[in-house]
Amino acid sequence: MIKFEQVSKTYPGGQRALSKVNFHIEPGEMAFLTGHSGAGKSTLLKLISIMERPTVGRVLINGHDLNSISRRQIAYIRRDIGMIFQSHQLLMDKTVFDNVALPLVIEGYTHKETTKRVHAALEMVGLRDKARNLPIMLSGGEQQRVGIARAVVNKPPLLLADEPTGNLDPKLSMEIVRLFEDFNQAGVSVFIATHDLGLIARMKYRTLTLKNGQMITDGLTDANGEGWS
Amino acid sequence: MSLLFKGRPQGASDARIGTVQTIMAFFISHLRQALGSLGELWRQPAASIMTVGVLGLSITLPSTLYIMVKNTEKISAGWEQASEISLFLKESTSEASAQQLLTRLNTWPEIDTVTFIPADDALKEFQHLSGLGDAIAYLESNPLPDVVLVAPVEKHATPQAAQMLLDKLKQQREVDIGKLDIEWLERLYAVLDIIRDLVTLIGGLLFIAVVLIIGNTIRLNILNKRDEIMVMKLVGATDAFIHRPFLYTGFWYGLLGGLIAWVAVILILWWMDSSIQAFAALYQKDFAITGLSGSALFTMLGLSVLLGLVGSLISVQRHVREIEPK
Repeated sequence: MIKFEQVSKTYPGGQRALSKVNFHIEPGEMAFLTGHSGAGKSTLLKLISIMERPTVGRVLINGHDLNSISRRQIAYIRRDIGMIFQSHQLLMDKTVFDNVALPLVIEGYTHKETTKRVHAALEMVGLRDKARNLPIMLSGGEQQRVGIARAVVNKPPLLLADEPTGNLDPKLSMEIVRLFEDFNQAGVSVFIATHDLGLIARMKYRTLTLKNGQMITDGLTDANGEGWS
Repeated sequence: MSLLFKGRPQGASDARIGTVQTIMAFFISHLRQALGSLGELWRQPAASIMTVGVLGLSITLPSTLYIMVKNTEKISAGWEQASEISLFLKESTSEASAQQLLTRLNTWPEIDTVTFIPADDALKEFQHLSGLGDAIAYLESNPLPDVVLVAPVEKHATPQAAQMLLDKLKQQREVDIGKLDIEWLERLYAVLDIIRDLVTLIGGLLFIAVVLIIGNTIRLNILNKRDEIMVMKLVGATDAFIHRPFLYTGFWYGLLGGLIAWVAVILILWWMDSSIQAFAALYQKDFAITGLSGSALFTMLGLSVLLGLVGSLISVQRHVREIEPK
């Protein structure tokens, strides 16, 4: 589903964020990406959602080389990727319903279809009764779930999450991860970047580890990881 | 259709709805964005009124000047054919040779009528009309020359032809000075030409200013919505989709500005009407000022909308591209 081939990323100014990263995540897989702050997790996710372009190497999604995607096509690529952020990226002056409906409005769905899908997505994250609320009236965990509902409302085959549990306590974090498990069981590939090791330890999922921009384990050769503490 | 995942439905076109419904959804989406933009203007009345006002007044000035030029052309058009040539005869010319000249001129094909005004008659008329009355009686001799008024036939009444006729008449040995009454009209036309150029120039400069003002207003709108644009890009909005509400904002600015200009022009014409009537009365002309015709009104509104769209288009092209999710 996601394949990195000898990917390096150097930011203007010479800061080397990733160097020669290789890995492959199969369709339908759920995997974690971990590492210290500044190890390159966010950069790696940005290369998948084409917020950044690799300096060297190739990133492939479902066998398609993202280097061949033009600037104009990026919008269409992002419709295939559900993205979840630590900072939620919700529109604070729009209701929960409008926030979740945004991807569908952009894709031109009819009002009827939009309403149906938004309610289904909110139902999945347990926020059906909060549709008319503004995000500001919700708790941190609820806001994160609105973000998740928005990411899955157009049923993308791939979910990316950048520190989705960053501001949440362990119990809420677990609830969020359970949600991801549900989507994964429905066939969606899920790739989660987090530095919450306690959370990962309780799971048995594949874990890829970055250190100083290099992938020190891709979670296949050694199930426990090599410990970067 | 998805680029990465063959067969994955994406968007309305793939959502198993008919063509008619797809087209309907397209128009409904446009209508919603257009009304949304109008609603946003409504929610910030102070800023909107100022922008719309600048646009409206910038269009009012050239429109009003344009109407003035048009009306002046209309008045003068009625006078163009009335050209008349006055020939002032030399003082030494005797009555007999003056009569000879008249007979000669009457045979010219270019000339319609010839009227002779002897110096004495002219003096009497002057005495009568000028109000100097008895003062003139004290003159020792009549200072006025004999005058021959020549009216050309219609074919030779145009400014150029009349000028040629005048040159020919001046060569008659009895003629001292020849004067074409159309000269002032030519000067008027020359002045009108200059004014028309000025209208174009002022209009052009103001239109550029309007485009810049709208562009800057839209730029501020875009910066205010930075976060929203970023989120929209993250969930897969195309640039065109993000541009649309801003283009509609430009459209509304243009339309409202055009309407303001229209009202302003009507008010200005109404206000000036009485002074124009007084002016026309001096020339003993019955004259009603022509306002904006229907097509001119639509041109004005269209131009205004166009300026609004161009301003916002320039702005969105530049600034939406700069906002990228980080």
